[in-house]
Amino acid sequence: MGQSSESIVAQLPQPVRSPEALRQAGRQVGRQAGGWLGIRSAGRRFALLYALMFGASSCLLAVSLWYSTIGLVQHQVENAIRSDDIALLATAAQPNGGLADVIAAINSRLAAPENAGSIYLVLDAQGTRMAGNLDGWPPGLTQMEAWYQLPVSRQGQASVALLRAEVLPGGARIIVGRDVRARAALWHVLRNGLIWTGFLMVALGLIGALVIRSIFRRMVRDISITSRAIAKGDLSRRLPLGVGEEFDELAIIINDMLDRISRLMDGVRQVSNAIAHDLRTPVTRARTRLEDAALHAETPDEWRAAIERATLDLDGIVGVFEALLRIAEIEAGSRRAAFAEVDLTQTLWDMDELYRAVAEERGLHLRTIIAAPLMVLGDRELVQQAVANLLDNALKFSAPGTVIDLSAHMEDNFVEIVVADRGPGIAAADRNRAMERFFRAESARSTAGSGLGLALVSAVAQLHNGTLQLTDNTPGLRATICMPALG
Amino acid sequence: MTMRILVVEDDKDVAGFVVKGLREAGHTVEHADNGRDGLFLAASENFDSIILDRMLPGGIDGLRLMETLRAQDNATPVLFLSALGQVDDRVKGLKAGGDDYLTKPFAFAELLARVEALTRRGKTDGPMTRLAVGDLEMDLLSRSVRRGEQKIELQPREFRLLEYLMRHAGQVVTRTMLLEGVWDYHFDPQTNVIDVHVSRLRQKIDKPFEMPLLHTVRNAGYMLRAEEV
Repeated sequence: MGQSSESIVAQLPQPVRSPEALRQAGRQVGRQAGGWLGIRSAGRRFALLYALMFGASSCLLAVSLWYSTIGLVQHQVENAIRSDDIALLATAAQPNGGLADVIAAINSRLAAPENAGSIYLVLDAQGTRMAGNLDGWPPGLTQMEAWYQLPVSRQGQASVALLRAEVLPGGARIIVGRDVRARAALWHVLRNGLIWTGFLMVALGLIGALVIRSIFRRMVRDISITSRAIAKGDLSRRLPLGVGEEFDELAIIINDMLDRISRLMDGVRQVSNAIAHDLRTPVTRARTRLEDAALHAETPDEWRAAIERATLDLDGIVGVFEALLRIAEIEAGSRRAAFAEVDLTQTLWDMDELYRAVAEERGLHLRTIIAAPLMVLGDRELVQQAVANLLDNALKFSAPGTVIDLSAHMEDNFVEIVVADRGPGIAAADRNRAMERFFRAESARSTAGSGLGLALVSAVAQLHNGTLQLTDNTPGLRATICMPALG
Repeated sequence: MTMRILVVEDDKDVAGFVVKGLREAGHTVEHADNGRDGLFLAASENFDSIILDRMLPGGIDGLRLMETLRAQDNATPVLFLSALGQVDDRVKGLKAGGDDYLTKPFAFAELLARVEALTRRGKTDGPMTRLAVGDLEMDLLSRSVRRGEQKIELQPREFRLLEYLMRHAGQVVTRTMLLEGVWDYHFDPQTNVIDVHVSRLRQKIDKPFEMPLLHTVRNAGYMLRAEEV
């Protein structure tokens, strides 16, 4: 041992970069992506986006306020003029009525105090002013039955009015209108109000943008400080939670990733240690045999025997390598791509058939209970290999005359595959470590094996989002593969 | 039975060892040490089978060579010999049109057995209803086995095991080949499961008779044949 995680990190191909270098790299990426309106800082982009959104919605609000108020007033005035118009035209159109009735009606309306804002003018067919409160025909009013907003002179007073002219039967012309000076005042008040509100909104928008930018920076700073520490080799650090749902989600994903990385790094460390220690033994053995034969063997038969045994040793080493690579391949998760819906029932009965003969040969009783169906999403071949490893172990450690149980059933949406023997078992203290690569219990040191069997079973279980549990079978070992069932 | 075999392998030691071994086993062997020459030989001459390394110098690797060959309707059986031993690699090799896949390092006996099985397979593709080795007969339609006058009762798996052995009669069949061919297992169990099943089969087909048919070949596997080995 003695190799720390730091030194492993130091050996990783990617050099740890300085913060300045990271910023530089970030800028480069930003430039490559063209940025967003040429802004490379994400914080500034969010702030600007916020300010733009805020500004756009304020403008929209102001515009709608403006048009609904001004429009409503305009609409009301137009309605009043219209109804006045219609009434006067109706008067003029009466069989015994005429211009005189219209003049009388206008004069009586002008006499009433509530009609102070009303404007009328009647000219007869010759253009003589007959009635009304306008001083004369306003210049600019050229078309009949059309809306005009014009400056007018009203008994000597200048004003602004909304006007509409009509031709009466007989050729007389009439103007009906309303004084809109008051409305112009409202227009001014509203405009000034909106301008001031506009300034206020710009200020609020800018403040909001700055606040957003600083919040964003603070959130990212926490993540980047921690990430930088991790990049420097402190793999125990984790991102803080509680910043906000979205950032928490990101932090959880990154933390999961870090957990996995440190597990894999532990694995790498374990394996390199194990290779250094555990493979040294068989290599030494093979080497010794060959050297011994070269020095001391006298007959071709002795040479041949030494070479054959050395070849067997090498095959053993290759076997260990293959098992290691297989575990690494499984742990890398790439085989998930080949997952399919599998009913394990037949697979397990095939295993039973394959191993039953060996068990009987060794005076063991293989007791198999399989409840169908056992649907999982997985890799049949890997499950086969995992169960085969457990059965290999059970056969290896069982004394003649004992029972080995192979059972499988559904339990709460999980498929449980159990292999239990009545052998020496694994001491409670060792059970967790038994799934590590190259672990060999004291009691198993004298038997053949690489110490990789259970590590592979555990890797297969994990690949299927399941677990391998080792428990006491009083006496013996009870290994349970538990994986999610399908459907 | 002499076969003409092409070995495309760039490693001098491995190639020398394989060529020598195959020649000792009585076969005629051609060797190419790069993909270009290998493809030229494979396309221009007739071989009973090709042993092909996956990674080759010369711009044409094993997979490319294989695909080019198959594109020319050349159906010569190909056995991939490769240091790429992951499941994906094996699947890729077989998908490209390879007939078998052996991972380095390998035992020569395994290679020889597989190459010979490959060549035989290419020749007996037609449907067969009856297999016979000496006085042992298997009827594939009625799924019955008899030796001489005596009927032999077999379990379904024993039947498949015997069928595999009979289809490869006169050839060495390794334990791995039996695991793959009869049980469809692509890994080696640590327990000698195959030996036990073969010895049970031997009890049924050989025990009561004078001349044994099922022989154990030391350091290699088994062979079913009528004459004495």
